[in-house]
Amino acid sequence: MEPPHGDPRGALVRPYAVTRGRTEPSRHIALEAVLTASERAVAEARFAGHDKYRIAQICQSAPQSLAEIAAYTRLPLGVARVIVADMVGEGLLTLHSAAPAQRYEERMELLERVLSGLRRL
Amino acid sequence: MDYAGYDRERGIVSAKIVIAGGFGVGKTTLVGAVSEITPLTTEALLTTAGAGIDDRSKVPGKETTTVAMDFGRITMAEDLILYLFGTPGQTRFWFMWDELVRGAVGAVVLVDTRRITDAFAPLDYFERQNLPYLVALNCFEGARTYEVDEVREALAIPPDVPLLMTDARRRDAVKETLIEVVEHAMRALREEYGRGSPTPVA
Ligand SMILES: Nc1nc2c(ncn2[C@@H]2O[C@H](COP(=O)(O)OP(=O)(O)O)[C@@H](O)[C@H]2O)c(=O)[nH]1
Ligand SMILES: [Mg+2]
Repeated sequence: MEPPHGDPRGALVRPYAVTRGRTEPSRHIALEAVLTASERAVAEARFAGHDKYRIAQICQSAPQSLAEIAAYTRLPLGVARVIVADMVGEGLLTLHSAAPAQRYEERMELLERVLSGLRRL
Repeated sequence: MDYAGYDRERGIVSAKIVIAGGFGVGKTTLVGAVSEITPLTTEALLTTAGAGIDDRSKVPGKETTTVAMDFGRITMAEDLILYLFGTPGQTRFWFMWDELVRGAVGAVVLVDTRRITDAFAPLDYFERQNLPYLVALNCFEGARTYEVDEVREALAIPPDVPLLMTDARRRDAVKETLIEVVEHAMRALREEYGRGSPTPVA
């Protein structure tokens, strides 16, 4: 195993420069996990750096998944994940549905809601 | 604006369905047929060793490459969003598939009947996963139309895996395909919990 905070070198340095070389997110965020930012959080993020401000703005007008944030900012997925996890820790983003449903009833209810959503298409 | 339209306790829930298949089978077309946004692309950086630098197996000095995944979105309610993720074309990046299938509702394995053997690798993959999936034959024009049974036999698709025809360009056909995936997932869930007949949720 590599040390978790080993410094990436060579070709790996540039994309992770925005995270100061950190490649490990402070918490795991699923690709499809949804994030939102309040108006207050966006105002605060204005002073948190370019990437964080952009991400907060993206998540203010509508809830956005980690995948959408990475796509809209053109950040590689791993980089976006580190920044987004930090923003959740800093209270700049709200992470929704962090834990997937485990109980039968919850899982079935989700499937039923998705099914009726598809039927309405 | 803050979101008033969801329960603060439960938040906004998202679900995802994975669209798998070989290069050029129509995954992006299928996603685009039902997505409310033009399919977006997310790129993950990898070392050429095939290990993800996201998963700490960094190899200093090795070249990096990117794997692109495209996806679409269907907002079903203020508190429910369905995402459709296409698998990366290159099947050697299996660990990206693992990330895609984790927590998914189910998967569609798209098959182009003109290049049926391209489906072997994705089918092998899903046979080893604990995720409900179905196989959908994308009906390209001029494609030799196989009998569904012929395809099932040629690809050795297990009898409990649904096999159907679709058209990745047509919204109604894609909608039906996705409905089948969710219904299949519901059957699998009932079986997992030993609840044979459709049980109304109390
Ligand atoms: N005739 C026909 N062409 C299709 C169909 N689905 C996809 N295509 C075309 O096949 C090509 C590859 O499709 P694409 O969705 O990019 O495949 P992907 O690599 O699986 O994402 C594109 O040029 C599509 O326009 C179909 O059902 N019928
Ligand atoms: Mg594609």
